[in-house]
Amino acid sequence: MTDLAGLADGPLFGLPLPELWFGLIFAMLGTFLFLDGFDFGAGALFATREDDEDREMILAAIGPFWDGNEVWLVVFGGALFAAFPAVYANLFSRHYLLMFGILGALILRGLAPEMYEQRHDKQWQRWWGRSFVAGSILAPFLLGAFVGNWVAGTPRSFTLVGILVGLTTVALTIVSGTAFLRVKTRGTLRADLQSYGERAVVVYLLAVVATLVALAVDGLRAAILSPVVLALVGASVLLAGGYVLALRQGRDLVALAASAGLTYGLTVVVALLLYPSIDPVSGLTVRSAIVSTLPLNLMSVGAALLLPLVASYFVVLYSAFSGPADPSEAY
Amino acid sequence: MIDPVLGSRLQFALTTIVHIIFPVMSMGLAPFLIYFTWKDIRTGKPVYEQLRRFWTKIFAVSFVVGTVTGIVLEFEFGTNFAAFSTAAGELFGGPLAVEGMMAFMLEATFLGVFVFGRERVSDTLYMISALAVGAGTWLSAVWILIANSWMQVPRGYELVTENGQTVVHLVDPIAAYLNPRFGFMYIHMQNAAVESVALFMAGVAAYYVFRHHVWEYPVENISFWETTLKIALVALLITAPLQVLHGDLYARHVYETQPQKFAAMEAVWETESYVPEYLIAVPTDLSDITDPRAKELFGLGIPGGASWLASGGDPNAEITGLNEFDTEAPPVAIVFWAFRAMVGLGFWFILLAFWGGYRWLTGDLFEDDLLHKALMGSSLLGIVAVEVGWIVTEVGRQPWVIQGVMKTHEGVSPGLTGTEAAITLAGFALVYTTLLGLYTYVIARIIRAGPPGRDDLRDHPKRRDTGDRPEAPAGVASDD
Ligand code: HDD
Ligand code: HEM
Ligand code: HEM
Repeated sequence: MTDLAGLADGPLFGLPLPELWFGLIFAMLGTFLFLDGFDFGAGALFATREDDEDREMILAAIGPFWDGNEVWLVVFGGALFAAFPAVYANLFSRHYLLMFGILGALILRGLAPEMYEQRHDKQWQRWWGRSFVAGSILAPFLLGAFVGNWVAGTPRSFTLVGILVGLTTVALTIVSGTAFLRVKTRGTLRADLQSYGERAVVVYLLAVVATLVALAVDGLRAAILSPVVLALVGASVLLAGGYVLALRQGRDLVALAASAGLTYGLTVVVALLLYPSIDPVSGLTVRSAIVSTLPLNLMSVGAALLLPLVASYFVVLYSAFSGPADPSEAY
Repeated sequence: MIDPVLGSRLQFALTTIVHIIFPVMSMGLAPFLIYFTWKDIRTGKPVYEQLRRFWTKIFAVSFVVGTVTGIVLEFEFGTNFAAFSTAAGELFGGPLAVEGMMAFMLEATFLGVFVFGRERVSDTLYMISALAVGAGTWLSAVWILIANSWMQVPRGYELVTENGQTVVHLVDPIAAYLNPRFGFMYIHMQNAAVESVALFMAGVAAYYVFRHHVWEYPVENISFWETTLKIALVALLITAPLQVLHGDLYARHVYETQPQKFAAMEAVWETESYVPEYLIAVPTDLSDITDPRAKELFGLGIPGGASWLASGGDPNAEITGLNEFDTEAPPVAIVFWAFRAMVGLGFWFILLAFWGGYRWLTGDLFEDDLLHKALMGSSLLGIVAVEVGWIVTEVGRQPWVIQGVMKTHEGVSPGLTGTEAAITLAGFALVYTTLLGLYTYVIARIIRAGPPGRDDLRDHPKRRDTGDRPEAPAGVASDD
């Protein structure tokens, strides 16, 4: 047994824990944006299919996954709360209505597929199909808006930067949603998806550029013109090209990997634009907002033990359901 | 507009009261599902596959609604109780983060396998996923109850002032997290969940048994419902007495650690000994209606009962009255009546369990229509008991949000406006009413549709070997 009191003396192994937790929080956010992102994207693409069978197929594709994917948001919130309580409190209460908007959208998105499957009459399914689409688009949009306001350091919840980041996020989810659905489906559905993916990735790049311009005007110019951020933007353009190429060659898993690259790249840009601050509005920095040493060390031990386990659950889940989805599977 | 403090409190109350329904269903169903899955794999008896599939459907729906309502709660600490979150984040955030990584992840990933993967994975992995989902639901309760028990009985911390703000610092994690209160809460809560689900199963099964045996309507799969009723009764016979015995110990612990709450539970204003446990207390004056024992005209009680609860067996023990505390009392009437409702229900469930058990022994479990009616009427009362139990716990803690450390009104987000609070409160009232309506509707449909017919079952190797095809006579599949 380690001496617990010793854990209060200094950071575990002398590690730069505040920075590591800052990184970890964005890694969780990025993982959420990628994993649940393709569920959201699949939800948005649901709107493009009229055919019953295709719709069932889309629902079956995300059915086993979305709940687990969504937990990354819960974990992101929990980790932010535990490592940077003041940031959690300030940020969430400042964007009060926005947060409840996100929650509302998530409720709609989570409930709709469950309801859709309950009854097989047209009216009912049309209604829940629409709710599913609305929730799947609104959730990433509002989440993007939240992140945009966070980075821009604005106390207001409805801003131009927020809207731009919201659009960026929605486009990104459609990019990864396309790749994911192509992995999970066959036939005309899979063929038709390609053009949506290609268009979405172009919209995504345009939205990123527009956001960066808006942020630069807002006073983040120096940070945006830093070599790392510019290099990441360059890398995103390359990844976008790779994505389109992979879609055309039918290498859907490669396309999915490229969209993961895009998502994590975007998350890194967000983190870099913030750092060393963590909440510009309240003036909190990574170092000033971090929780004190003892709980930080405990949490670090906990995370180091648990996150590899969590990763293994996802491996089990995704390998049990590798390959095309089968709408007849349930219970 | 509404006062932001009141708005936040009402909203938190509403959202937790709705959330807890779904964890109760999922935590309570978990052990049953593990059992059904095990028996299904091992015996291949059709009824176990029916049981597993039918109750998994209900589990899956409850789980989804539990997830979407749970995220709301986690966010609310930040949105509505920012001052509380800043001050107590150091102690409070950790358990929530660990809960996510340890419990929700386990549960939500393996649920995918458990619900959709029967045809895809081996029996072993399927069994493991049932266990993982079950463990995940039970672990979820561990961390959230650690957090809550610390709010009831804070320990292992010190108060420091940082930038003019009082903040709670963790000094002794073992004292803080292995709080004695946690053990009481966890056992009481988990047993309550299983008990509530047992009541629910018994109620639903009784409906079909009643229709079939009493009204003599043809009911498909009647043996499925008969088995369900028996399994539920067994669970009830175990959990109902345990809950009451344990509640008795728990009450004593509350008296020792939160005497003011205990005084509110018993509505004791002046310090007294030989305090009766009132079953009914009616005030003489209508304006005292919220104050159960202010000037009682008529009270009916067990002499020395409350003293007995507080001390663990001594009817003459003294109970400190509410008037002796410096802080204002919690809303006494709510706590007093909620406590009575819980205890009353606890005894009623024991009665039901014994009644059912007795009928089973005498061999007319399926004929006693009064019993069937009682079970149907009680199918949701377990959940009611859980709700009132939580009301005792949470309202009884007022005016504190962290007992003795921080008052509730100090915990509310400073920047929150009345308009914002009113908008979201109204929004939740609407959305959650709809949500509950939809949930009820879906569950009712699942129940009406009944279990999968015997022709729709999977091809089980055991059934193939023994020729126990679905058409085989539908005898009650009792345990082997
Ligand atoms: C099926 C549900 C159920 C039943 C039949 C009972 N309880 Fe209970 N009770 C709960 C469900 C519950 C609960 C909702 O689960 C609570 C809320 C917090 C907790 O830990 O458990 C609770 C809390 C709770 C508390 C703590 C309040 C606090 O923490 O401040 C006490 C003292 C009791 N109960 C005592 C009893 C007694 C003496 C019972 C029977 C004679 C009883 N309970 C039956
Ligand atoms: C799920 C079961 C629960 C139910 C039904 C429940 C119910 C309630 C109710 C009725 C209130 C309002 C009390 C009042 O303001 O008069 C409340 C407040 C509160 N509860 Fe709970 N609660 C539950 C679990 C929890 C848990 C597990 C936690 C913490 C980990 C918690 C934390 C709080 C907080 C922070 C408040 C707001 C401050 C306050 O009003 O005291 N609750 N809850
Ligand atoms: C007021 C404090 C509470 C908070 C902040 C909270 C938070 C959450 C969150 C974030 C989820 C979603 C997890 C996911 O995405 O899978 C959830 C679900 C769940 N919660 Fe709560 N919860 C609270 C109270 C409780 C209580 C008191 C219990 C039980 C004792 C409980 C048991 C569960 C369970 C078992 C689930 C899994 C979903 C389900 O089975 O319905 N929660 N909760």
